[in-house]
Amino acid sequence: MLTVILKRLLVAIPSLIGVVIVTFLLTRALPGDPAAYFAGPAATKEAIQEIRVKLGLDKSLPQQFVRYVRDLAHGDLGQSLTTGQPVVTEIRNRLPASAELTLLGLIVSVAIALPLGIFAATKPNSWIDHTCRIVTTAGVSLPVFFTGLILVYVFYYLLGWAPAPLGRIDVFFSPPPSVTGFYLIDSLIAGDLSTFRAALSQIFLPALTLGIFSLAPIARMTRASMLAVLASDFVRTARASGLTTFTVVVTYAFRNAMLPVITTLGMVFSFLLGANVLVEKVFAWPGIGSYAVEALISSDFAPVQGFVLTMAIMYVLLNLLIDLLYGVIDPRVRLEA
Amino acid sequence: MSELTLGKPEAQSSGLAATLKHARYIIGENPVTGFAFGLFVLIVIAAVLGPHIVPYDPLASDTAVSLKPPSRAHWFGTDQLGRDVFSRVVSATRLDFIIAVFSVVLVFLMGGLAGVAAGFFGGWTDRIVSRIADTIMAFPLFVLAMGIVAALGNTVQNIILATAIVNFPLYARIARTEANVRREAGFVQAARLAGNGEFRILLGHILPNIMPIMIVQMSLTMGYAILNAAGLSFIGLGVRPPDAEWGIMVAEGAAFMVSGEWWVALFPGLALMIAVFCFNLLGDGLRDIVDPQRRT
Amino acid sequence: MSITDAPHISNAPPALPLLDIKNLTVEFSTRRGIVQAVKNINVEVAKGETLAIVGESGSGKSVTSFAVMRILDRAGRIAEGSVMFSGIDVRAADDDQMRDLRGREMSMIFQNPRAALNPIRKVGVQIEDVLRQHAQVDSSALTDKAIEILDQVRIARPRERYHAYPFELSGGMCQRVVIALALACKPQLLIADEPTTGLDVTTQKTVMDLVTELTRQQGMSTILITHDLGLAAVYCDRVVVMEKGHVVETALSSTIFKAPSHPYTRKLMRATPRPGVTLRDLLPEDSAEAKKAPATVKSGNGHAAPAVATTPLLVIEKLVKEYPRQGMTTSLSKLFRRGPAPEPEIFRAVDGISFTVNRGESVGLVGESGCGKSTTSTMVMRLIDKSDGLIQFDGEDIGAIPAKQFATLPLRKRIQMVFQDPTDSLNPRYTAARAIADPILRLGDISGRNAIRARCEELALQVGLPVEFLDRFPHQLSGGQKARVGIARAIALHPDLIILDEPTAALDVSVQAVVLNLLQDLKDTLGMSYLFVSHDLNVVRLLCDRVIVMKQGKIVEQGPTERVLFAPEAQYTRDLLDAIPHPTV
Repeated sequence: MLTVILKRLLVAIPSLIGVVIVTFLLTRALPGDPAAYFAGPAATKEAIQEIRVKLGLDKSLPQQFVRYVRDLAHGDLGQSLTTGQPVVTEIRNRLPASAELTLLGLIVSVAIALPLGIFAATKPNSWIDHTCRIVTTAGVSLPVFFTGLILVYVFYYLLGWAPAPLGRIDVFFSPPPSVTGFYLIDSLIAGDLSTFRAALSQIFLPALTLGIFSLAPIARMTRASMLAVLASDFVRTARASGLTTFTVVVTYAFRNAMLPVITTLGMVFSFLLGANVLVEKVFAWPGIGSYAVEALISSDFAPVQGFVLTMAIMYVLLNLLIDLLYGVIDPRVRLEA
Repeated sequence: MSELTLGKPEAQSSGLAATLKHARYIIGENPVTGFAFGLFVLIVIAAVLGPHIVPYDPLASDTAVSLKPPSRAHWFGTDQLGRDVFSRVVSATRLDFIIAVFSVVLVFLMGGLAGVAAGFFGGWTDRIVSRIADTIMAFPLFVLAMGIVAALGNTVQNIILATAIVNFPLYARIARTEANVRREAGFVQAARLAGNGEFRILLGHILPNIMPIMIVQMSLTMGYAILNAAGLSFIGLGVRPPDAEWGIMVAEGAAFMVSGEWWVALFPGLALMIAVFCFNLLGDGLRDIVDPQRRT
Repeated sequence: MSITDAPHISNAPPALPLLDIKNLTVEFSTRRGIVQAVKNINVEVAKGETLAIVGESGSGKSVTSFAVMRILDRAGRIAEGSVMFSGIDVRAADDDQMRDLRGREMSMIFQNPRAALNPIRKVGVQIEDVLRQHAQVDSSALTDKAIEILDQVRIARPRERYHAYPFELSGGMCQRVVIALALACKPQLLIADEPTTGLDVTTQKTVMDLVTELTRQQGMSTILITHDLGLAAVYCDRVVVMEKGHVVETALSSTIFKAPSHPYTRKLMRATPRPGVTLRDLLPEDSAEAKKAPATVKSGNGHAAPAVATTPLLVIEKLVKEYPRQGMTTSLSKLFRRGPAPEPEIFRAVDGISFTVNRGESVGLVGESGCGKSTTSTMVMRLIDKSDGLIQFDGEDIGAIPAKQFATLPLRKRIQMVFQDPTDSLNPRYTAARAIADPILRLGDISGRNAIRARCEELALQVGLPVEFLDRFPHQLSGGQKARVGIARAIALHPDLIILDEPTAALDVSVQAVVLNLLQDLKDTLGMSYLFVSHDLNVVRLLCDRVIVMKQGKIVEQGPTERVLFAPEAQYTRDLLDAIPHPTV
């Protein structure tokens, strides 16, 4: 197992190198003079020249790259023009908000999608199967920001059940003392139930929005792979051996059907992290997505670049996790090392 | 389970007729596909004629009637500048449709062909194409699209380019796999024996067999391309106001959702949803038509 | 073969049959409406009896067995009739009752054993699942019992293999595990559905011997479902012959082959290649092919007067093909490989073989899967490059020309091939005519639409494909018709040498008989040489003048067909011959 982990880590390295190169190239691809861009619209010629030297833009491309990598190694992603803060600090402060939202969204969608897909596959052409098909087709067609707005309109404006879509916690509450950075967990650790409730009511709609968005691919893949596995020869063998339906579906079919679903999770994470940006904008969620969007509007490129890099690194790590999970279930992967 | 494939192929009809018959069968069995096709035709009409058939100029503002709910005069109501939402939604079809079609064609030309070559030739071609695809795949796709548009500049062309780039791995992989499984297929070996050169085999034997799968994929990605573009405009990238585009219209209407003026965001959002829904259904339907598994 | 002379069903007391199928009809709802896969059949199996159900694909033999176990898939259902299993009405039994029966009282082994096992569960645990389900032993003794059962099916080192996953075992091993699963609870009835299809003949023999021995020991009844009459004859007491959902004949296996009464049985019987018959004997007595059998056939015998010249057409000397060993090739895995025992990095698929094929001669290249026969033929075909050695064709060293260049050389015309899988070898988007015309367009000397079409029609006529089928696509043709298209394409350029790569392996026996005869006729008319690659010595015997037997990349024996088959020198050839089941004629 250890060799598998090491092997996967080694496989992730080229991806990380690729990510660094691409983010570097993105900054150099800026139309016009990057220095002018970084300096902001109001900068003077001298200021621009100063920034050019400061950023090393007067050097050759390879030299710039070396410098870029060295800065990265020191955890330096540059500074935001608008806030004047180092990008790394801002991202570090805002990351827990995004992570909490994304994870909760994933939990919501998995909790709905897996049972839905499994029941749909075990009872083809039943009402639950039809529900599953409608949900999966409609789900992938829903623009995530639109779902969010509809939920806001219904649950906030019409019904008044949800609080205003403005951030992680109501202004009358103070955030719980930070341990994990996740308000839901931190408030429980602090034993503060009212804060927990406040945080939950804030995160509920955005998490549901993300959940609805990522539900479709998981349910679709679960249903398809369960159907394929249930029709396979070894399930027929299991049935012919008189095993109970429960054993056949859970022990034999489900574990095998999970393999393609886990692979799909990679794609789902890609969607989730992207959708996160849009959902954060709709719900004014103080995560790294809204940070990037604010920076985009003010043509502040360093935060955008830092954001893209952070997201990509997180995504590479998540994929690593998925690979390892796959190895736990599938002995063929484990033993090939 | 050869026992279960009963009936012999009814070999009377020719290839094209059989396909049509099969298509008719699929639509007959699955009226949803027929419905999706109808919708598709409607979208194309709106894209072509849209600006000429709408009741108002989509860009003309009239502050006297700002933020009016749907009425006989303004079917979808008016926005904060008093522009007719219906006219804007219909005329936006063209821009969204253009973005979708161009990005899908572009990604097919880049990813599909690169993938076919990678799968068929293997070796260095394969390594380079796979490396590029892997690198793109290392990013969450929407995030990468954001980065590309932010870096290259805020234009519709760059949105098309970014959408194509983020879909590159998908096309390259599908095409690569399909070409790869056929590389050593009997009919390809037979084509070699018949004296076909490698390029002729690639274009004459492999590609035609992969096209149906690619067309299905293109239909499915059309939906994704529209969503992607709308998402980018929603956060202020690409299309800029006052141009009518569904994503940006939803963004403009978002602020009014919390104050109850739902129509400003709802109708462009619905249009977006229906268009994506239509492409997805169409893709699924096409898949059923070309899928040999379902064609007994 | 000692197994054949065992029990005599006539001696058994006339007790109630263990399994009694009466007027059984099974329907499937398909997109074309309801299809009856099994029509009103009656089958009985007595206690301790071994029954074979024989038929070609689509005969309904597997469906019958699924109906008995009640594991038909969703679309299928028993429409009429009854299935009584030791007094229990299978059709009326509830699900719990059926579950108790399955695995404990009746069990089943399947074709494609690897797919029949859960790929991500240890084989020992899979056996335990069955034991636990039917409460055969205490949970504490489960593991020991599972290991004991693995031992019973002759799996070496059962304690270790208990922890193996199916992908770590060979096909034959997997089939043993499937047998272990089926016999774990000592059921009264075992249904074996094509249990050896896809296995090599020697493996087939060991698996079948094992099944027979174990079931005899435990006094079980067995239903063997097979397309292979020889297998049925050797291992079964009685034979039921099915055709298109009907039972056409039921008889003792000792009599059915001597005196088949139904015309279909006779046809099937005749079509099965076996010692002492000629190619022509395979065809139905009154078939069109046999009648039209024209002047090309000499004295009724397929290859009675072989006008084999002794000029060599193809000379192979010390041919070698090496591959890097699979899996462990990347530098990454080298990095992680600990300990000693580095496997040899190179795997020799073909290991220094030499042979010749003369003009007008057919040579058989025989061996089990993995012996290197296909690699050899692909090299000769110049589709892949050799690692070492000489390939000389008509005096030219074609082995020296890289495979990539060879495709467009004029020499290409002279060596052609008929492929194993007629479906896979036809481009799904080309009509039959387009497929046949492909080599003519690229390398032929005919041009012009009409001339090429005329040539295609001529070829179609030559291979017995009705001209109107030329405009069909592969999915609109039957297996035999597709095989004919493949043959027409191969002969389109008047080649000197045709490599036949198991050309009939995917076909039913009756179709195989026709195709083999066609190949013989074509060779006689066109004067080509054949290199016939096959795993089936009986088939090779019918068509070839000389035979080469290969094992693990090397030639173990070669010589004139009659000599190799009737006086084999190598032990391996003898094993191969012994393993082929023959109906006693």
